[in-house]
This record gives sequence, C-alpha cells and structure tokens, in this order.
Amino acid sequence: MDIVESLEIISPGPLTTVQDLGRYGFGRYGVPPSGALDSFSLRVANLLVGNSEAEAGLEITLMGLKVRALTALVVALCGGDLQPYLNDRPFDMWRSQIVRKGDTLFLKAPRSGCRAYLAVGGGISLAPVLASKSTNLASTFGGYEGRSLRKGDLLCSGAPEHHLRIAGKAFKPEGRPSYKGDWLIRALPGPQNQDFPEESKRLFLDSPFKVSSQSDRTGIRLSGPALHRKRNLADSIVSEGVVPGAIQVPGDGQPIILLVETITGGYRKMATVISADLPLLAQIKPGDRVRFQEVSMAEARTALQERENHINLLKKNLG
Amino acid sequence: MFYEPPVFRIMGDRALLVELGDQINPSINEKVRELLLKLDRRPLDGVMELVPSYRSLMVVYDPLKTGFDRLREAILELHEASDPSLVSEPKTLAVPVVYGGEWGPDLEWVADFHKISPEEVIALHVGTTYRVYMIGFTPGYPYLGELPEALATPRRETPRTVVPQGSVAIAQRQTGIYPVQSPGGWHILGWTPIKLFDANHWPPTPLEMGDRVQFFPIQKEEVGRWTSSKA
Repeated sequence: MDIVESLEIISPGPLTTVQDLGRYGFGRYGVPPSGALDSFSLRVANLLVGNSEAEAGLEITLMGLKVRALTALVVALCGGDLQPYLNDRPFDMWRSQIVRKGDTLFLKAPRSGCRAYLAVGGGISLAPVLASKSTNLASTFGGYEGRSLRKGDLLCSGAPEHHLRIAGKAFKPEGRPSYKGDWLIRALPGPQNQDFPEESKRLFLDSPFKVSSQSDRTGIRLSGPALHRKRNLADSIVSEGVVPGAIQVPGDGQPIILLVETITGGYRKMATVISADLPLLAQIKPGDRVRFQEVSMAEARTALQERENHINLLKKNLG
Repeated sequence: MFYEPPVFRIMGDRALLVELGDQINPSINEKVRELLLKLDRRPLDGVMELVPSYRSLMVVYDPLKTGFDRLREAILELHEASDPSLVSEPKTLAVPVVYGGEWGPDLEWVADFHKISPEEVIALHVGTTYRVYMIGFTPGYPYLGELPEALATPRRETPRTVVPQGSVAIAQRQTGIYPVQSPGGWHILGWTPIKLFDANHWPPTPLEMGDRVQFFPIQKEEVGRWTSSKA
C-alpha cells in the first residue's frame, strides 16, 4: 500500500490530537485507554470515508484547526458543529466529501458541541504504540510523537486515492445526536453509591451541575450542591480501577465525570454514565449545564442497542 | 477481612469490580493476583481489560458481547477452582536510589517530622522488601507497601504540580516511584535512574502487580552505571 502525505497542519487550534478507539489491555500497567472521547462520531466519520471504524482520526477541540490537503482526499467531519469551512465555503458535516490538493479545511468556532472528528480516507498512517494510535498526552506516547498537533506537522495516509469513489455518503440525520448546552446524562448507581446518604443521592439526581473550565480529557469537573458522603467515612477509599464515565466525588463534594485518561482512583463513585451516553460527554463544554438521570441495566442496554443500530444501518447502506 | 464469596460491584454497563477483601493487606492482594492470573489463563468472552488493585479486580467488558450476570457466574467459578500451579513466583527488582539533597527534597522534612536523622529514614526505607500492590495513577507507577510504621507520613498538604520522573516518594504506609513526570502529593526521599515505564518496550514496565521491590542507596556519582542499561 502506498503511504502518501495527505494533510499539513496550518494551525492546530487549542488542542488537536490523533485518536482511535483507545488502548485496551494495558490497564494493569497503569495505562489508561485514551482514544476518541466521542467514539461514535469517529466511527461514523471513518465509515463514511471507507475506513475501518477503528481507524485513527483527528480529535479537534473547540476551534481553530486549519489543515491543507496535500493530495486529493475524501474526508468526513462528524461530532460537534465547529462551523467548518472548505476554503471559503461552509462544509457539510456527517457526509464524506472530496477535497482537492491545496484545499484548506478550517474550523471556525463551536456552534454546538465541543469536539469534532476528522477522518481521512486511507486513515492516519502512524505506528501503533501499545496496540493503539491514540495519543496519551500526559505520558507523551502514541499518536503523533506523543503530543498534540502543531503547525507544520505532516500527516500521511494509506492509498487515499482508493477511497475517493466513496465520496458523497451521508449519515442519516435521525442518527445524529443533538448537542444542546443543557444535558441529561443517563447513569447507573456507582460502586460506592451506598456510601452516600439519601439526601446526597437526591441532590445528585435533582440538581443541575455547571461544567467548570477546569475540564479536559481526564475529566469533566462539575459544580453544584455538595454531595456529602455518610458521616464517619474517610475522605478517600482504597484505590481501585475506574472507567470513563465514572462519577467520583472528592472531599469537597463536587463531582467529577472521569474520562479516558485515568485508570485508577481513590474517591467514591456516586454513579457511572451508561455506554450509550459516553460519546456525548465529549461534547459537553465549560459553562454547560448537566443533569443526571438514573436508569436500569436493561435501559442502558436498550439505549446502547439503539445507538448501535444507527451504526449498523450506516454499514448496511455503505454495502 | 476476606470477602468469601467475593463482592461484585457494578461499575456502569461495561465494567464490574470483584472485591476480595476490605483492606490493604498482602493476602487479600494475593487473592486479587490469583484471580487475575486465572482470568489471563482462561480469558472470558467480551472482556477487554483487567485492572488489579489493592483488594479488587476491575473487569472491563464489551457490553454488546457479554454482561454483568454472565461474567459474575464465570468469575465465581474460576475463583472457586483452586489451581495453585497458576501462581507464578513474583520477581524482585533491586532499585538504586540517590537519597536526599536535590534528588530527595523532602528527606530532611520527613526526618524532622519523625524526629530521627535522615540516615535513619534511609535505613528504614531500604530495610523492607516491598510488595507491588498495584500499578496505577500514571503508567508504570507502583504502589509499594508497607512502609515501616516509623516512617508513616501524611501526604503533603500542598501537592507539587511537577514531580520529576524517577522520584522515589512516600505517603502514609506506602512508597512509590514516579515513572513519568506528573503532579504528586507524596514526600520525595530520593531519585532512581531505573526506567519504570517505556511505551515502546515490552513489557512497558519491569514490574507487575505482586512483584517485590528492594531499594538500595547509591551515590550520585554512581548514577551512570544504571542510566545506560535497560531496567
């Protein structure tokens, strides 16, 4: 397969990284999964350009990314609407399109959501580190030299010309999530739910929480009513494994939704966001409001099945 | 106290915790290790990740392939099946440490806190063979225990925003080594040239849960003997 230079970073914006569906199997060595926060959007973008859904793409945070095509490519942009432009014209999201050599794609500012995912037909050619192309920023490995993208970086793709004929495929609007600034996130009771008194559990489910600016790929920090633990319990617990979506409550009672850059933790978990809603967490931005709804395991399963049905339908349509 | 049978806790629709006891204790931790090894030997369908910790094993799974009830049943069966041949001997890693000065900026403070000399702190720290209870916090970070009671020290009131790679530190009844530069709230006693995490090397860390660590003091002039060789 011919690997060719496909994209040049003209401007990276505040944070653009290479991510795939994450790094699993190394948690016992303290290695967190990393990976696209909104795995749903990355999977759809990949499928639209004829890639494996697990291929790496660019995770673009909020705004400012500008890339130049170094050859003819098919690309798709999914996830948060960051007002993309191809040269000077608005560029459709959730649809694969051809960009010609020399074209520039620019993401101006968020209209809805927080992160967009750019997939390139032919993928991002990088050697996997610990079985994944995802960037681990804190420990500086994986992705593009273990760091976020910078001006002048060149990305390569494998035989992008073979993907051009797929251009024009779209993901049906009914499958696209809506990203309003008021979120209702579904969750199951967490592993230490019993350590919180009824009043804290009620406050957790009945109160809106505001998203702090101190949020990143490690976690979404929320502020709202303090969620106290039961009296006579220590501040922390014996450290244990944690998953993305675990909602931990440190000593100050302000919950944090853990994301993909953490593998162990020593605080109590009030609840865990269900798999179907994990991709939405990527689209929550500082200043948004979040409420939680408790669901059952059966409801979580149904919700996930519904989401997967949209992906399966897309795969069927793409043949 | 052991939990027999183990306690299963739901962590969302894609993970569960198997708790084998209620505290930090070598025999409970060894039970966790046994279960980990059994699951390595007999992988269960749909399981993506196993994360052992002090007293529990986290099992992360693909919810489209398996579920809590099915996994609980299979894990209980494995847990009850005794197979001592599974438990391989732990390794012992000797870790050289330059104590004090710029290499261990908290050594004096810790000595003052316990009203002993820095030399006594070092003697206590190297006088125990530690168990790797778990690896977590950052890639390759070993949680080692237990520190002698005489060295038990509360965490720093204000965590440092930057702890250099290789720092050897203590907090409460634990000691650890920072494999990558990160923030940290433990007291830094010294520094080791041994590399504890390398994503491009297999395995990425020389230690596994259940292994042993023995520290020994070196002079800063000797550091070069370890920096060129692989850990």
